[in-house]
Amino acid sequence: MTDAFVSRISGPVVVGKGLGGARMFDVVRIGEMGLVGEIIRLEGDSAQIQVYEDTTGLRPGEKIVNTNKPLSVQLGPGLLKSIYDGIQRPLDVLREQSGDFISRGKIIPALDQKKKWDFVPVKKKGDQVAPGEIIGEVQETPLIKHKIMIPPNVSGELVEISEGQYTVNDNVAALKNGKTIDIGLSSWWTVRIPRPVLKKLPPEEPLITGQRVIDTFFPVAKGGTAAIPGPFGSGKTVIQQQLAKWADSEIIVYIGCGERGNEMCEVLTEFPKLIDPKSKRPLMERTILVANTSNMPVAAREASIYTGITMGEYYRDMGYGVALMADSTSRWAEALREISGRLEEMPGEEGYPAYLGRRLAEFYERSGKSILISPEQRQGSLTLIGAVSPPGGDFSEPVSQNTLRVTRVFWALDASLANRRHFPSINWLTSYSLYVNDLSDWYKSNVSKDWVDLRKEALEILQRESELQEIVQLVGYDALPEPEKGILDTARSIREDYLQQSAYDEVDTYTSIQKQYQMLKHILEFGRMEADAIKKGVSAAKVSSLESRGMIPKMKWTKEEQLEQLVNNIKSKMNQEFDNLSKEVSD
Amino acid sequence: MPNVSFKSLDKISGPLIFVKGVDNAAYGEMVEIKLPNGERRQGQVLDTSKGLAIVQVFGSTLGLSTTGTSTTFLGETAQLAVSDEMLGRVFDGLGNPKDNGPKIVSKEKFDLVGAGINPYSREEPSEFIQTGISNIDGMNTLVRGQKLPIFSASGLPHNLLASQIARQAKVLGTEENFSVVFAAIGITSEESNFFIKQFEESGSLERTALFLNLSSDPSMERILTPRLALTTAEFLAYERGMHVLVIMTDMTNYCEALREISAAREEVPGRRGYPGYMYTDLASIFERAGKIKGRQGSVTQLPILTMPADDITHPIPDLTGYITEGQIVMSRELHRANIQPPVDVLTSLSRLMNSGIGAGRTREDHRQLADQLYSAYAQGKDARALAAIVGEGALSDLDKKFLDVANNFEQKFVNQGLDENRPIEQTLSIGWDLLSGLSETELTRIKPEFIAKYAKKTSTGNTIKSE
Repeated sequence: MTDAFVSRISGPVVVGKGLGGARMFDVVRIGEMGLVGEIIRLEGDSAQIQVYEDTTGLRPGEKIVNTNKPLSVQLGPGLLKSIYDGIQRPLDVLREQSGDFISRGKIIPALDQKKKWDFVPVKKKGDQVAPGEIIGEVQETPLIKHKIMIPPNVSGELVEISEGQYTVNDNVAALKNGKTIDIGLSSWWTVRIPRPVLKKLPPEEPLITGQRVIDTFFPVAKGGTAAIPGPFGSGKTVIQQQLAKWADSEIIVYIGCGERGNEMCEVLTEFPKLIDPKSKRPLMERTILVANTSNMPVAAREASIYTGITMGEYYRDMGYGVALMADSTSRWAEALREISGRLEEMPGEEGYPAYLGRRLAEFYERSGKSILISPEQRQGSLTLIGAVSPPGGDFSEPVSQNTLRVTRVFWALDASLANRRHFPSINWLTSYSLYVNDLSDWYKSNVSKDWVDLRKEALEILQRESELQEIVQLVGYDALPEPEKGILDTARSIREDYLQQSAYDEVDTYTSIQKQYQMLKHILEFGRMEADAIKKGVSAAKVSSLESRGMIPKMKWTKEEQLEQLVNNIKSKMNQEFDNLSKEVSD
Repeated sequence: MPNVSFKSLDKISGPLIFVKGVDNAAYGEMVEIKLPNGERRQGQVLDTSKGLAIVQVFGSTLGLSTTGTSTTFLGETAQLAVSDEMLGRVFDGLGNPKDNGPKIVSKEKFDLVGAGINPYSREEPSEFIQTGISNIDGMNTLVRGQKLPIFSASGLPHNLLASQIARQAKVLGTEENFSVVFAAIGITSEESNFFIKQFEESGSLERTALFLNLSSDPSMERILTPRLALTTAEFLAYERGMHVLVIMTDMTNYCEALREISAAREEVPGRRGYPGYMYTDLASIFERAGKIKGRQGSVTQLPILTMPADDITHPIPDLTGYITEGQIVMSRELHRANIQPPVDVLTSLSRLMNSGIGAGRTREDHRQLADQLYSAYAQGKDARALAAIVGEGALSDLDKKFLDVANNFEQKFVNQGLDENRPIEQTLSIGWDLLSGLSETELTRIKPEFIAKYAKKTSTGNTIKSE
């Protein structure tokens, strides 16, 4: 087994000989440098290996060592607040050890091997434990209690468990079931195999993101899937980051997959400064970052998605709500294509491998709100939000199409909105959410009974606006009847005073669902009063110049605690001004 | 396997040669090729296996023969000897002196294809670069360590814009100038002379290093030229603490060369025949911009590419746009209207703008003013399109106002000529001038407090408060 050697090198793909007995997806170490690779095709005793590191300088004849293990990640306390590359090497430790540029052949444990964690048992010696049962806890960060669980296929009687300080490699308990099985503070899991659950549940609760266009118009359910396709410059990354910052998820996994180094750097500098609006703790305490930038090796980019989702599943299994953002799945698909090309596989559409659709579907299928394997049947959810970067902004390309087939929310980013700096540039006519009906009960009981109707009314006005715009293109605005002008006014207000939201303004960056309700309600209320006034003979132009109209845009800049006062002012001003108008007309 | 020579070639195909009998050439190893007539050329290993190495020749394969051509495997990957002496010098596309000066001799050698910067080591680019061009400073701000390409097309004056930026660029509050590394990739000698003349006239030639691969030079060199330039820039920035501006023109020619090799290797093509790994390859160039924690200097990139047939969805601008932090897009329409520089603000973007502007950097109202100008200009352009159909008279009053803003925006804000170097305050002030015709309810992007503080009175003496 030790006489395996490199026989051919072509970019990130290496052919190894003398690897008889190796299994698919075994991890190997290549050459003097010990580059990390993964076997992706076997033929006799030769294997094709995708290498997670740059192969420059590697020579045929150098040795290959098979670790006989598939690509796995270590799961245990210390994952949160970390930043990893595509194969779970912590980038901060990597920098300490090898400098500012990424060096090769370094194996660095994902978790701090020396740090002692306080383990508090919740079960005692002699207890019978079942698969998935929680036997103890570690306060991983002030926000999150890390649950130590019995592995999914193990059960028996606890013969040893004690409180104390342990490192991630220590055993905290042992159980007996014929033979003795040790339970460690950490465990390993193969990234390409989903962690099992007992049963998937239908979605019923929205992931509240504080982004008005998403929460109001196109919500995603906890445990659901969403796709954000958009051309470059349309604000995908900003939306992903906004979700990572504000989504009401207990754990966030953010995967920067083949994206820009400076952008990842922005995430790294900004996230630690952000404070969770509810707990007032740094958001980093619930976040795991995976960064494999575009200039890092392409095979590791392919692996980064799986590394990230496996960590997400692990926290879901503890019973948490997890949201995972992948930016961008197109770069992941391109990595697949590049490797496939090097393997000289027969290409499918646009050079992508024929299995692209299957791989995407497998990935999104790892989402869900689930009953977990556990005696108490606890629940957890994993929400997946994937950005897609279609070439030329053309959604008919294979990655967008295959993604849309398996996701239930579609946030269509629109270059023409982005060009006029309407952000978030989610197009309200082409986007959709298939969760709206599933979630309407939640909105009715948690926000307001008329929420669903308000949403419908606003969307209808916007739909009507797009029809009217076509007429305006032909005959000009002045030729429109007054009531239609009124509709255009209301639509404009919805677009500018509601849908547009600045990610960079302190207040506007996050809007609670209650504030969203107040804002939308009063924008539509103004629209209704305007329609009434126009019926009585007031001109649309006159209504637009009302003082109360000028107060509506202020709502989004107003802090939540001062909103009530502003809303009351708007209400009374509105009533008074419209009263005056109708009096003027009737005189 | 240092310095092993082989006497014959197995096959020559396009820019590639196949050498048989080579047992262990390293991937990426440099190769010296000696022609039957004694001439020497350079090459690099692209694919290696026991018994066969595929070598890409930098330069033409003219005169190569399967017998009589010897290849020497040099035992090292591509490196560049770097020193401070490189500033003020002119090199060819392979890094050899072109100005009759001495060869660069230095102990410091850097890999041409360096390892990527660890994202954790990066420092967030946040220093505003004042280019003196309103359109860029005001609307698409450039910051130190950014990569901001110019998307142009044939016949548009991107060279004028690039040289104006190189001439005027400075960081507020400092007197230090940028060092410039200039990489010409397959451009004509006229264009290249233009840049050299510009650098001479502005007196910046002694802080400029030039790498010239002209259209008459072998296309395969183009694979190396940008990497030579960036290796030099990284040395100057990270080892010598300089702030380096890298201008690379024309990246379209680089991509063409990449496609040529891919075709010669008979690879499965991606879109329009460009290789599937073009994104990764371009990223290995563009991602070499940035700043590193704890180190002085910075590398700012200004690549120029021409969009074939003005098509921004063509794979070259498309993939570039997905890697770079925004783009400056030249507009044929504005060029025809004699507006200089003809930059289309609506499709242009700077992703790092927000970290470079605002209170303490430029001014607190900068972001919102820019947003308002964007949106007003976009609405004005819509109104202009509408007016073309229904006539200006049929526009609503609001549309007429926006149309005015759009016209003034192009004439007064965008149009500034080649020599005007506008400080940022002037740029912002012109911006507020343009908005003076709009009422407060129409300024939805700007907070009331900024309106109160910065808004201009109109010529009729009214403030812009609603009547």
